[in-house]
Amino acid sequence: MSPAVTVDELRRRTQELLKAHDPQATDRLEFLRARFDAGLAWVHFPEGLGGLGLPRAAQATVDAELEAAGAPDNEPGRIGIGLGMAAPTILRYGTDAQKRRFLRPLWTGEEVWCQLFSEPGAGSDLAAAGARARRDGDDWLVTGQKVWTSSAHNARWAILLTRTDPDVPKHQGMTYFVCDMTDPGVEVRPLRQITGEAEFNEVFLTDARIPDTHRLGDVGEGWQVAQTTLMNERVAIGGRAAPREAGMVGVVAQTWRERPELRTHELHDRLLRLWVEWEALRLAGDRLRQQLAVGAPGPEGSAMKLGFASLSQRLSALEVELLADEGLRYDDWTLRRPETVDFTGREAGYRYLRAKGNSIEGGTSEILRNIIAERVLGLPSEPRVDKDIPWKDLPR
Amino acid sequence: MSLLYSDVEEDLRGAVRSLLADRCAPASVLARCETGEPYDLGLWRTLTRELGVTSLHVPERLGGQGASLRETAVVMEELGRAVAPVPYLGHSVLAVGALLAAESSVESRVTASLVARLAGGELIAALAVPLSMWPGADFPTSVRASGDGVLTGRASAVADAFAADLLVAPALGPDGPSLYAVTSGFAVTPAVSLDLTRPVADVVFDGAAGELVASGDAAVAALSSALSVGAGLLAAEQLGVAEQCLESTVAYLKERRQFGRPVGSFQALKHRLADLWHEIVTARAAARHAADALAVRDPDAPVAVAVAQSHCAAVAVHAAEECVQLHGGIGMTWEHPAHLWLKRAKADEIALGTPGRHRAALAPLVNLPGPS
Repeated sequence: MSPAVTVDELRRRTQELLKAHDPQATDRLEFLRARFDAGLAWVHFPEGLGGLGLPRAAQATVDAELEAAGAPDNEPGRIGIGLGMAAPTILRYGTDAQKRRFLRPLWTGEEVWCQLFSEPGAGSDLAAAGARARRDGDDWLVTGQKVWTSSAHNARWAILLTRTDPDVPKHQGMTYFVCDMTDPGVEVRPLRQITGEAEFNEVFLTDARIPDTHRLGDVGEGWQVAQTTLMNERVAIGGRAAPREAGMVGVVAQTWRERPELRTHELHDRLLRLWVEWEALRLAGDRLRQQLAVGAPGPEGSAMKLGFASLSQRLSALEVELLADEGLRYDDWTLRRPETVDFTGREAGYRYLRAKGNSIEGGTSEILRNIIAERVLGLPSEPRVDKDIPWKDLPR
Repeated sequence: MSLLYSDVEEDLRGAVRSLLADRCAPASVLARCETGEPYDLGLWRTLTRELGVTSLHVPERLGGQGASLRETAVVMEELGRAVAPVPYLGHSVLAVGALLAAESSVESRVTASLVARLAGGELIAALAVPLSMWPGADFPTSVRASGDGVLTGRASAVADAFAADLLVAPALGPDGPSLYAVTSGFAVTPAVSLDLTRPVADVVFDGAAGELVASGDAAVAALSSALSVGAGLLAAEQLGVAEQCLESTVAYLKERRQFGRPVGSFQALKHRLADLWHEIVTARAAARHAADALAVRDPDAPVAVAVAQSHCAAVAVHAAEECVQLHGGIGMTWEHPAHLWLKRAKADEIALGTPGRHRAALAPLVNLPGPS
């Protein structure tokens, strides 16, 4: 199929979907299911699994048509873990039965997913994770503690990384599962963070039962499976070019424009420096998108996250300073349980505190720098003392 | 707008890079910079005659190739990487840039014939303004023109004047600002320059006969346009310098061993190089954006230039400073080329407007006014 045919054909299929299921007169979920079944959910997925086996870039055509028709979307902000992390992993490692069971309700948002990877003792060193899975007939029983789990309190399923063999080096003894969050062995507790709210959770697993049919990949292959998940987390860059001043810089620029009485020369120069850096980062994002469109993805994705974290922090910090007396106040410390997170939402104090997480979540900036230095620049790795030691003998 | 490099641009880069690898190795650049011939005119002839680098963005009707400033920017990147001692910025970007911008004015026939003579690079030109002049600066008043086009006055710290046969000189005439082409009647005194590979020189006009190429608003606009194109394309050069500094440092840290291991395996150093790499990724996008905006005369070009120049200037200086520091002792020696890159990066930071000047220019363009 030539690209021109693809675009026309995609438009035709999208219009057919809209004709058969008028979004104005159809139940939201019913429309989303029909969209999935028409292969227009994520066109780069295979036929029969919500896609048409097309390049990822072709999705923009479908989205534009549906948006113009006022069709409901699947609220991607609410189901980001499922879409960005669980789905590509299930697609790559799942059995046919797993793909058929999980992908449709994942995409429609009927079933929310969360991620059970990090542990109190395994953050950047994720391969040290120790949540123990033991075989029990056709099932597995999992005991351990996971942390920093967003959506755990409303998730139906989790992707879970466990230790199945403590007697081999850490990367070898791991196994990856889909965990039922309604199992009685799963306990979810809110984890309050520096903003006062609890976006995340701690999840305690006590003999949580998982059928072997919910294993993704082979026993002992969990680390490789997790790489697929994490790679997709870092590549998750939007399909659309961001306009100038989108994001944190726009919020701060607006405050600057609305409050001339607060301006100082020192803050002015700092704001301009950050504005320039943000614009350069935005252009680098555009450039990355253009590279992806011609099929030459570069390693610039890691640069995007590094820059985004640092600039969001410095911009939000500047806004608190700019606000002076108002910067001494905070909107609300009440423990809230937000369903989605908006880095530019609420007030300046919240944005400042929430931005601190940008350089920690999804790979710390320090780990990203290691990755850039070793995989992009080809610098040698630090000497590793833990590589060949059985997991159970690692110093703790 | 494409922020990528086209196949044609990559071919051009490849040709320039392989020529420079052959003819412009760091040791030879270093050896030349203390001689009486700071410019490598042999290399210049090959670049202009065989690769045609001076005629890229000159329209075909004026004897050029009718390519665009995007291609010229690629040449700037490569010449920056090698800190090649050739008068490309002064000639192709600034002097020819001013003439091309003036070409629509009333004296267009004069300008057109001048451009045609300069396009091939046999005659070398420079723009007689201080290299530090920025796009929004006031029209210079240090050179005066009489009613019959006789120029008197001086311009200091002019880039590439030492190599120039022809000067494009802004001068204040009886009817206000004007732009002249001057081929004789001026004296050029090379200055001991911070940048060893792009020395500046002081120019004195002592009753020089100039040929008028633009006057009044057209002269002001032509000068401003040349400086804006210069600032935008200098970002490409800064990108090239920064890339060279990073690559050289990475290579050195892989091979240099201390404490029984390559020093590039120490996280404290790796993180600095990762940050530099990140800065260069953003600098590349900003420089490409500026070159493209200038090439298509995008109304947003002034913003693109201010962003690119303020950002890339700082990135190049940071890269060159890290290059010296992370090379340790060897980086502090005259023998190692790191100082050539540092001197170029630092001089480029001042050239065509400091980052602060460009941020000040940016503020009103993007509606971020300062305190009243």
